This record gives sequence, structure tokens and C-alpha cells, in this order.
Amino acid sequence: MDLIVNGIIQAFSLIVSLDPEVVEVTLLSLKISGAATLASTVIGVGAGTAVALLRFPGKRFVISVINTGMGLPPVVVGLFVTLFIWRSGPLGGLGLLYTPAAMVLAQIVIAAPIITGVTLAAMQKLPARLRLQILALGATRRQLVWLLMKEARLPLLTAVMAGFGGVISEIGASMMVGGNIKGYTRVLTTATVMETGKGNFELAIALGVILLILAFTVNYILTAVQQRKQK
Amino acid sequence: MNKITGILLTIYSAVFFLLIPAYAKEKDIIFATTTSTQDTGLLDELIPVFEKKSGYRVKTIAVGSGQAMAMGGKGEADVLLVHSKDAEEKFVKDGFGINRRIVMHNDFVILGPKDDPARIRGLASAADAFRKIAASKSLFVSRGDKSGTHVMEQKLWKKAGLNPEKEKWYQQTGLGMGQTLAVVVEKRGYTLCDRATYLSRKNKIDAAVLVEGDAALLNIYHVIEVNPKKFPRVNAEGGKAFADFWVAPETQKLIKDFGIRKYGAILFHPDAVK
Amino acid sequence: MSGPIMEITDLQVIRNNMPALSVAGLSFSEGRVYSLIGPNGAGKSTLLLSLMGLVRPDRGRVRYRGADIPGGASAHRYRRNLAMVFQEPLLFTGSVFDNVASGLKLRGVKREETRTVAGQAMELLGISHLSKRRAGALSGGEAQRVSIARALAVDPEILLMDEPFSSLDAPSREALIADLEHIIRERGITTVFATHDRGEAMRLADEIIVMNGGAVVQTGSPNEISLYPASEFVASFMGTETILTGRVTGSGGGLLVLSVNGTVIEAAGDAGQGSIVTFCVHPESILFSHDRPGTSARNSFNGRVTKVVPAGLYRKVYVDCGITLMGYVTARSMEDLGIREGGEITASFKATAVHIIKTIPA
Repeated sequence: MDLIVNGIIQAFSLIVSLDPEVVEVTLLSLKISGAATLASTVIGVGAGTAVALLRFPGKRFVISVINTGMGLPPVVVGLFVTLFIWRSGPLGGLGLLYTPAAMVLAQIVIAAPIITGVTLAAMQKLPARLRLQILALGATRRQLVWLLMKEARLPLLTAVMAGFGGVISEIGASMMVGGNIKGYTRVLTTATVMETGKGNFELAIALGVILLILAFTVNYILTAVQQRKQK
Repeated sequence: MNKITGILLTIYSAVFFLLIPAYAKEKDIIFATTTSTQDTGLLDELIPVFEKKSGYRVKTIAVGSGQAMAMGGKGEADVLLVHSKDAEEKFVKDGFGINRRIVMHNDFVILGPKDDPARIRGLASAADAFRKIAASKSLFVSRGDKSGTHVMEQKLWKKAGLNPEKEKWYQQTGLGMGQTLAVVVEKRGYTLCDRATYLSRKNKIDAAVLVEGDAALLNIYHVIEVNPKKFPRVNAEGGKAFADFWVAPETQKLIKDFGIRKYGAILFHPDAVK
Repeated sequence: MSGPIMEITDLQVIRNNMPALSVAGLSFSEGRVYSLIGPNGAGKSTLLLSLMGLVRPDRGRVRYRGADIPGGASAHRYRRNLAMVFQEPLLFTGSVFDNVASGLKLRGVKREETRTVAGQAMELLGISHLSKRRAGALSGGEAQRVSIARALAVDPEILLMDEPFSSLDAPSREALIADLEHIIRERGITTVFATHDRGEAMRLADEIIVMNGGAVVQTGSPNEISLYPASEFVASFMGTETILTGRVTGSGGGLLVLSVNGTVIEAAGDAGQGSIVTFCVHPESILFSHDRPGTSARNSFNGRVTKVVPAGLYRKVYVDCGITLMGYVTARSMEDLGIREGGEITASFKATAVHIIKTIPA
């Protein structure tokens, strides 16, 4: 019990005093997962909308693939991304392994299918005739896609939330392709594991608490935006 | 539509910005080492010094000695700091590594519960202690991860003439030293631990040093450069610079002072400068 | 007057390897109101979507002011001449004003003008007071008014509507139909609307297009369709239930004598002796009384009332007099004539009220 109570007290003092190490790890986490989420949003919203709106042979198969991709175990993603980018891999020449870019890449592989899948579902949930109605109002194709996205904006926000939530809390891939390098690829999750291993429970708890606060804040902001838009 | 284009551009530039460091790869050194050097905080102390002086960026991958050498054996690391004598010698003999140099040492200790059910306290021989643990069927927690510590432990079991692998009282964690210590304390078992990690955790764990000082428990760290002739993508220059750094007199002094300043005792004894 | 504003030739749309729509030819004149009627699955929606350029025909052409309507990337330019209202309001998230203005916004109309024009459209539909209301907070009737205002705001040359009233309750439907009738007549908007309610069609349309199984089965004025159905299907769809088949036993001077299971009926018409004819009698042509009526009604039968079914403002009265006749009476007449199930009554209709649908010569 003492360990937990002391741990939490010290954790909060680390957070409140803006301990440089804690700040550094938090900022890196935000930067990497933020970039991955942004890129995944572009890819996922685009791909999800395209698959939802276009008719093409093998669509059902593609949807199954996307749905499978939504549940990709991060460790497996980490493994495959590692195989691709290590020095002897096909992309070895880029020297990506153990860089933030590699982490962004792996997190995109994790988040993009999630955002694609949720987008796809959101688009398919819109009334089928809405599309006809928009075209009947004289919309160009671009305007059609834009209006449909606008109509699905709340579920699309959910998609982004799900994507961000998936990557900020992910450890397997980050550890493998990032390597937990101090000040470079050490993020909240990998640092938490390492500090737990080292027995620095205060720091581990502080990092865990920040991870929770972060997840909560992002969700809270997005929910607030949702609520306001509904009015 | 302009709004969207603007957003897209922002996203792409953000991603691109993060990708840039990837192209500065000649300045990066991949350094594979053991968890003990990282967990004690030694690396956090030394690496910034090197980076500042040399301009290189060191990417530390802290794993067990076995995995560190496996990375070197595939050319995925540039330089290694490891403690697993026989494997190191084989690594160099097979042509994967060059220029193996001694850096420092500390020693292993046998830790266990303070009430010491196997009655090994104060024994001079680690092998004897292991035999007593086996005879009393007391719980022994092994790293089981091919790390230098694990290899040393296996060597000691061999010396004791035992093979505990399949015994019920012998458990493997597959974790780093720090986490293994947590298991040891939780389960009130015995384990082999490097002194550095022990000292760094001493105040937080409920376990005692029961056996120490046996010459067989010496834990020696070597720095090895990965052979660039075998792997053309290896950063040979950076690897050499970092290896040289480890054995430089100033660094050796830093190693000596590190433990004293932080834990009040020498954690690693420098060996490169005699 | 110039040519038709829209024209369909040899149009075919295939769905699931079956023709969902197969129309040899139809033309729509400017300023007139057309009603597509038929049961579900008759192809009404597909026809409307084809006119809008939202269904790509597998064969045939749709022409607007003499030119084929374009597909692909420039289709929106054509569609901007039209507007369409669906059964569901399909409103966008946002205010009523946002919705009404949406078509104008898509066309890049300036903000000032949008405000004025959308305002007028809302006024027209009596929803100005809802301008700031969220679309999600409207009643069904209000929502459909917004949907129609949105369509009218772009000042369409042709207004297409797919069952626009069918999901509304009776009072809102009545009010909306009245308002809409006023608007399209005053503005002279060419209108094509689909419905399965013949009452709506009779009330609003200049011309009715009856569809069944993907094909057009009859076109004509409401009266023509109602009194002179081209087939049993049209007859029954338009509410005529007295559809009978008999043999011609006498013929001459434009008058036929028909025998239906032994009951003799006189009918205006022309057919050879022994021909088999199918004919119908519109319910409004069947009169009920207690006396034998005057000579002008050739056909007069005593019979028993088998069934009385309320149908809107009328009652449908079924009389068995060897053959079964169905006619309408008002509640008031029911009382006056003492019509009740099981009671005796005389049903009569003129020879000219008999409409021959089909003749199979002997």
C-alpha cells in the first residue's frame, strides 16, 4: 500500500514540478502519436470514404481486410515494420530503424486501418439516398464527398479518437522499431515499462498517470467539440 | 476545398519534419548493450558526454548480451558493450566483431530472502551455494533470456554439476534484471544478480546478498565494434569512435566516479586504463 | 409552343439482370404537372432518378430541351436545372436556413443573394419562423417542408418528387399538398411526382402516367385514366372494382348486349356477336335507389348489400345482384337510402358508363 500511495504522491510532484524527463517523454509521445494520427487520418478518412462510395469488384474482400487490419496486434506490426526497415531489409538504406520516423510509420500501420474502418462504417451508415439527394442538389463529385464527410463528421471524430487512442497507448511496435532511446524514441509507454523494470515506480506511475490524463484530455476535447456541433 | 488542402499540407509537412532525422543517418550510432548498464543510469551519464564531444547521436538499444550480439551478428548494431565472455570470443572469431576491448567489471552476487532457507549465507563458492539451493529445492529465479547474467548463471550450474532447467523450483522470467528482481522479492526466491543493478535497487527490495566475492562471479564488460567488412551498412567510424570513448582515460574516470556519486560505492570498476 | 422540356426514348434500366425500367417513350411539356403512379416496385423511382441523371440507363436516351443529358464529371451542370425531393426529408446537420441555402451554396451563389432567396423559399413554405431551428429538431411535416424549400430555393425548371407526402400524417399532408399546389401552379414549374396514392395524383396532376412492372401502362388526364382505364390493372389501381367479363349476345347501333353469367347488361360500344369482352364500371357511375330509375339508365338491378367499407369521405357499397357491383355513397346518402349490410337496394348505371377494356373477337 505504501508503495502505491507514495508512488502516486511522488508521481504528482514529478508532474506538477514539470520534471524535465517527464516533460520530454510526454512531448515525444504527443509528437510521434500526433503525427501518426494525422497521417492516418488523411489515409484512413480518404480510403474509408473511397471504399464506402465506390463500387468495385472485390469490395467485400477489401472490407474484410480493413476490418482485420483494425485489430492488428501492435507487436506483429512492430515485427513486420522492423523486418522491412532494418539494415538488411528492403528499406534498410533509409536507416529508419530506431528513429521516431519508424515509430510514426509503425503507428500509421496500426492507426490507419482503425480510422479507415470506422470511416467506412460511418459512411455506410449514412442514408443511402443522402448521396442521391446531394447530387440532386447539383453537387459536383468533390462537393458530394465533402458534404458526406461533413454529415459523418461526428463518427469521423470518433475514428480519429480511436486511432489516437490506439497508438498513444501502444507499446509493442514502439519498443521494437523505436528502441526506447532516451530523448529520441522514448515515449510514455516504453518509458513506463523501463522504469517499472528499473524499480522506479514513482516515475513509472507518473508516466502512467500522464498517459491516462492525455487520453482523457484528448477524448474530452473531442467529445466537447462533438457536443457543441450537435447544438 | 482550400481549407482541406491547407490541412493536408500541414499534415504532410509535420510528417516530413519528423522523417528528416532519418536521413542524417551517418551521424547515428546504434549501440546495443545490456540492461544492467542502462538500468543503473550509467549510460544516461556517459552518452551525453560523448554526443556533445563527437557530434554523433547514440541510439541505445538495451537488451541482454545475447540479443545484443544477435543484433551485431546481423549488422543491425554498430557497437556492442556486453558481458558474456565465451559468446563474445565466438562472436569475434566468427568475424562479426572486431577490436574487442575490456572496459570495466563488476561482479555478480547471489541474492535471496533474508531468512535464507537454503542456508547459503557466507559460502565462499558460488557453485556450492547453487548445490545447496538445489538440494533444498528452494525457489531459484532465472533471467532465462540469454543475457550475460543468464549465461553466467548457466555456467555456475554447470560448474555445480547440475542441470535445473526442468526442475519445479527453477523458474525463468524472460525479463530484464530489474523486473526479475521484482519477481524474486515477490516470490521470496534466490537469484544471480549483477552488483550494479543490486546496488541501484538495494533500498527498494527486500532481499539480501548471501554469497559474494567468488572469482567465478566476476562480471567483465567488453566493447566490440561490429565488423564493417561483413556488413557494409554499419557505421564503422561512429562505432570506432564510441568504442574508443569507452576506453579513454577520462571516460574510465567517469565510470569510477559514477557509482560513488550516485550510490556511495563503485558500481563498475574501470579496467581499460591500468 | 416549343418542343417538350424533357423526353425519354427507348429507355431501359437493368437491375439484377432484370429490367427495372423499360419505357418506349414519354415526353414532358413545360409548365405541366405529371404524376407517376403505380404500386411499389413499378419503376417510378427509377424513372425519376433517370430523369435526374442519377441512374445510368442501359439503353435509350433522356433528353433535356432537345439535348442528351450528360453523364460523368459535367453531370452536375445539367442537374442544376432540376431539383428533387425524396420521400424522406434527408436534411443535413445544421439549421433550417443552412439546409434551404445548401443548393445555392453548392452553386456558389453570393452570401447576400443566398440569404434573400433562401428567405423567400422559406416564406413560401411557411417555415420562416423555423429558420434558426436545428434540422434534427423538426417534426416530419416541418422537415419535409424544409426539404421542399431547399429544392425550390434553386429555382428549378423541373421539380421531381418521389412520394413526397407518403410519410406524413393526414393533416400535415393536406396542408402541404395545398401549399405546394399553389406554388407550382403560380410559378409554372414543370413537376413530375411519384405517388402510390391516386387521390394525390388526381388532385395535383395535369397528366397521369400509370406504371407497373417497370413499364408505362397508360398515360392520360386524370379523368381519362380514371374513367377509361386501358387495362384491368389500371382500372383496379384507380379504384374501380367492378370489372367483369361477358359475351356479346347482341350488337347494333353502337350498343352491345352482354351476358355476364346470365345477367344482361347493355353497354355503349362496338363488337362482333359472340366476342368476349372485359369491361368495367367506375364506382362513381353506379347509383343506388329504392325505385327503378328512369330510362336513361339502361342497366338497373335489384340486389342485396353484401358489404359496406368506409373509404375516406365515402363508403364503398358492394351489391350482389348476380354480378357484384361496387359504388360510392356519402354517409348522408347511406342514411337517406337506409343502406345496411344485408338490405335490399337497386343499383343502376348507364350504358355509356360501361368502359370496355378488352375485346376478344369470336
